[in-house]
Amino acid sequence: MNKTALYNLHKKFNAKFVSFAGYEMPIQYKDGIIAEHNLTREKSGIFDVSHMGQLFILGNDKLTDKLQDIFPTDLKNLSINQSKYSFLMNENAGIHDDLIITKIFNGYMIILNAACKEKDFEIIKSKLGEDFKISLSKDLSLIAVQGPESKNLIEKIIPGVNKLKFMFGGDFKFNSNNIYVTRSGYTGEDGFEISINNNDVVKFVEKLISLGSNLIGLGARDTLRLEAGLCLYGNDIDENTSPLEANLKWAISKNRINSNFPGAKKIQKQINEGVTKLRVGIKPEGKIIARESTKIFDKNNNQIGKITSGSFGPSVKSPIAMGYVNNTYTKENTKIFLEIRGKKVSASVCKLPFYKKNYHKGDINVGS
Amino acid sequence: MSEVKFSKEHEWVTIIDDVATIGITKHATELLGDIVFAELPEKGTSVTKDGTAGVVESTKAASDVYTPISGEVVDTNQSIVDDPSKINNDPEGDAWFFKLKVKDLNEINSLMSREEYEKFAKESTN
Repeated sequence: MNKTALYNLHKKFNAKFVSFAGYEMPIQYKDGIIAEHNLTREKSGIFDVSHMGQLFILGNDKLTDKLQDIFPTDLKNLSINQSKYSFLMNENAGIHDDLIITKIFNGYMIILNAACKEKDFEIIKSKLGEDFKISLSKDLSLIAVQGPESKNLIEKIIPGVNKLKFMFGGDFKFNSNNIYVTRSGYTGEDGFEISINNNDVVKFVEKLISLGSNLIGLGARDTLRLEAGLCLYGNDIDENTSPLEANLKWAISKNRINSNFPGAKKIQKQINEGVTKLRVGIKPEGKIIARESTKIFDKNNNQIGKITSGSFGPSVKSPIAMGYVNNTYTKENTKIFLEIRGKKVSASVCKLPFYKKNYHKGDINVGS
Repeated sequence: MSEVKFSKEHEWVTIIDDVATIGITKHATELLGDIVFAELPEKGTSVTKDGTAGVVESTKAASDVYTPISGEVVDTNQSIVDDPSKINNDPEGDAWFFKLKVKDLNEINSLMSREEYEKFAKESTN
């Protein structure tokens, strides 16, 4: 089992560990998932996401051309230090992985899901050929710092970081070593992700804790992202779902739709003809929780879909879920039925996110 | 009131006359984490020792609640359905789950004392 550089610190803070994608990761600390969720929404939370892949590909314009043959994202118009959410797809537009591509001064940095990173590396490497240097970092940790107080705490350690706009990054220093910080996250809150050397990460996190931030486990990371309507790879998206079915069309650059990335033909077809299933938000009635794999039915008892993620939303204070339904059941407030422990429970289709975002977009804050 | 007894499924039971009060242990709530949903048996139903008699769900997962003793459900604690977090706060007190009219008082002999349960819980965690 792999351990991150922060393993001993997690242990010191009484983490309960779970095995996740080959890593022993903290699912929660002593106060529990709901307390950690609320700390992130109201104050500041630190997430160790060092199990995720940090892929670096070095090259210039020729690399940009080559990567545009792999990803459906307009990379030519990406500024240096700008990030975009994208997908690695198969020929059928099924999603191998969802990822964040950031243009850096000498190439690209791509953040990959932990469970997919080795496979992604092989796919991307084979598509790139021998012309570019590609490496999956083993020396770097990745830390997310999320929540409304994070910007002020982190500014004390990394002066200037508060000037970053949402989905932009930059080079900074910590302990006189280089770190790379982006304004991004997976919680629906304003926040940062910091790529930092394994040798410096403990000191960095301890400093953040001493300033008032809090370690948060994967349990709260899941309830936070679900409230924010964000997909978990392997649950809500996988090789059998396309970005259009996942309601993520926005992440495919408009000027790239008619080009030649893997899955482009299927994407074009789905744009023209529509999709047969679509990811939607689902609110069960009452307090009952619909977990992943819960079957969804219409009022005539026909199965029309399946839940892909479901839990209790601590901020919205009710059960929440998302899943795929046949395309005639996607309208907001459509009444559906969930089969939970043999009983049919009423639910309705609803808008995502369940919890409104509060990202830092330059001078204005969008959302509540 | 009888001495509190415990089951291997992490329920506790106390008996006054022929009425048993049943809940889940503090140790169980610590394993489960934050409880966000509780489902109780209906009044008037008969439940059998070691059979399911409810469900609790935490933010992480759903778990069945078993009855450590057989009988007819005579009362349920609606307050834990309305506010499941009470189960984390006072699992072995106010957050009882249901009360039974006990069918066979001898069934309690197979359950553990507090001391035995604590040893069992400690061993099953390690």
